[in-house]
Amino acid sequence: MKALAELARLIRSKNAGPFELTFDIMFDDAATYERVKRSGAVSREAVALRYGLPAADVKFFYCDHALAIKASIPRPCVQGDLRDSDGHGGQQYAPLMDIEIP
Amino acid sequence: MEEIRILSPTGVCGSGFLEASFEKALALKPDFIGCDAGSTDPGPSHLGAGHAAFPRDAVRRDLRLILLGARKLRVPLLIGSAGTAGGDVHLEWFCGILKEVAAAESLRFKLALIHAEQDKAYLKKRLRERRIKPLQPAPEFNAAVIDRSERIVGMMGAEPYQRALDAGADVIVAGRSSDTAIFAALPVMRGFPEGIAWHAAKILECGAAAVVNRKTPDCMFAWVRKDHFVVEAPDSELRCTPQSIASHSLYENADPFRLVECSGTLDLTNSRYEAASERSVKVSGSAFIPAARYTVKLEGAEKVGYQSIVIGSVRDPFIIRQIDDWTSRLTTRIHARVKQVYADRLKDGDYFVNIRIYGKNGTMGPLEPVREIRSHELCLLIEVTAPTQEMASSIAAIVRHQGLHLPIPEWSGLITALACPYNPAHLERGAVYRFNVNHVVEPDDPYEMFPMDLYAIDGATQKKAVA
Repeated sequence: MKALAELARLIRSKNAGPFELTFDIMFDDAATYERVKRSGAVSREAVALRYGLPAADVKFFYCDHALAIKASIPRPCVQGDLRDSDGHGGQQYAPLMDIEIP
Repeated sequence: MEEIRILSPTGVCGSGFLEASFEKALALKPDFIGCDAGSTDPGPSHLGAGHAAFPRDAVRRDLRLILLGARKLRVPLLIGSAGTAGGDVHLEWFCGILKEVAAAESLRFKLALIHAEQDKAYLKKRLRERRIKPLQPAPEFNAAVIDRSERIVGMMGAEPYQRALDAGADVIVAGRSSDTAIFAALPVMRGFPEGIAWHAAKILECGAAAVVNRKTPDCMFAWVRKDHFVVEAPDSELRCTPQSIASHSLYENADPFRLVECSGTLDLTNSRYEAASERSVKVSGSAFIPAARYTVKLEGAEKVGYQSIVIGSVRDPFIIRQIDDWTSRLTTRIHARVKQVYADRLKDGDYFVNIRIYGKNGTMGPLEPVREIRSHELCLLIEVTAPTQEMASSIAAIVRHQGLHLPIPEWSGLITALACPYNPAHLERGAVYRFNVNHVVEPDDPYEMFPMDLYAIDGATQKKAVA
C-alpha cells in the first residue's frame, strides 16, 4: 500500500469557473499512472465520499495522454460567496492525498 | 494559405513575460498576436466593483511591448476580457492605458472596441422569451437578480473579433470574451479546421503555462496548419512535451475532453500528441462539433453588503478544547447585543456574522476530514457583513468586545480571551460581491450582444470612425 501523494507528481485543486471545483492527479510515468488507474482506488465514489456528495455529482475522467486522473465537483460554496474560504479553490485537494493505492 | 503563425505573449496581460522571449517570437513572424487579459478566477469583486486584478503599471508594461511588437510587424493584435472582468468600466480603463501608450510612442492604428456588458432591458426580454437557460450548477436567475446586479457581461465568441477584423481593425480590445476565441477567430476565418484552431487556441490562451518547466509567465507560439498544429515556447529553456500539452486541457476545466464554446464544442477525445522536436509538440485529431444553437454565457455580480473583519487568536488550551461551543456562545451574544443596540433597525437576516477558525477548519470548513485540533493556538477571523460600512464596523466593534471577555467555566473572574494584533481591532473591507448567474443566452446572432466602436488612433488624437 502506498498513499496517492507518494505516487503522484502533482495533486491539485482549482476553480473550473466560479461554480465548479476540479481536481487533477498527475503522474510522471505511464507505469505509475496505470498502477493507480488499475487499482480502482481513485474513483468517482472515492471522490464523492471525501467531499460528501452523491457519486452522480462527480465528473470523473482518466486522461491517458496526460497520464492524469481528473474529477470535478460542484463548488461547496460559489467562489467568493460569504462562506467561501478558498477563492481560487487551490487548497481543497488534501483529502485525496492519503487514498491508499495497493 | 498553408500555415498561420500565432504569438501569445503571456497568459494574462499584466502578469508579465520575458522581453527576450517576446523578441524571439517576433522573429518567427507571427501572423497575429493575441492576449487574454481577464478571468473570473480573481473573484466576483472585480466584476462587481469595476476594478482590475492586475496593477495599472504592470498592464502598461506588458501592453506597451505587445503593442509596439504588433505595430512593428503590422499584424493584428487581439486582446480579450480587458481589465479582468470585461465590463464597460474595465474596457475604458484598459483603453486609457492603450491610448496613453499610443500617444507616448506616436503610434497610428485602427482600433476596434467590442463591448460585452449587457443591457438589463435586453436580458429581461430574453428572459421573458425563455431564451436564458441555466448551466449546471446554477443559482436562481430572474428579473430581480438582473435588477440588483452591479454588472452582467456576456462571454463573446470568435465572431465579434472576426467582424472587427473584417472592418480592418489593427488592434481589437474586447470586453469579456472566451479566452480561446481570441486565438481561434483569425485561423477559423481563414479556413483552418475548427478542431485544430480551437485546440491551438486553448493551449495559447495561457501563454507558456503548458510547458514542463514553467519559470515565470512567458510567451507561447503556435504554427496552425491544415491537419495539425505545432506549439513551442520561444524561450529555448522551456520545453513542451506531449504529456504537458495534453495535460493543459485539464487546467481550470471541469471536463478535459469537451470544451464548450459559443458556436460548438471542442472535442479532444481523439487528439494525438507527438514530439515534433525536443521542445515542441505536434497535435492532430482534435474535432469541433458545431452547436445546434449559438449560446453566450453570462457572468454577473451583485453587492452582498459591506464587510468589516476582526482577527484574533486564542492560545489558552481550555478555550481551544471547547472552541466550537465558545464560538457558538459568542455568536448568540453578538446577536443579542446587536438586538439591544439596533432594535428594529436591523433584523436577523440583514446582517451576517461568520467565524472562521484557522488551525481547525479555516481552509475547508465543514468538508475538513480532520476533526481533532492539533494546534496549540487558533486564529479566529470573524467577518461581519451588513447593509452599510458603518453598521458592519459597529457590529465588528461589538464582536471585539463580546469576544474579548466571553467566559469559560474553567476560569472564574473576568478573562480576556482574544489576542488582537491590530488596533482598531477591526478592518474595513468595503463592499463585497457575489457571482449570481451561471446561464447562457440564445441570441439571434453572435453580434447583437457585442456592439463595436471603431476609432482611428494617431498618436495622441483619436477619431471615431463609422463601422
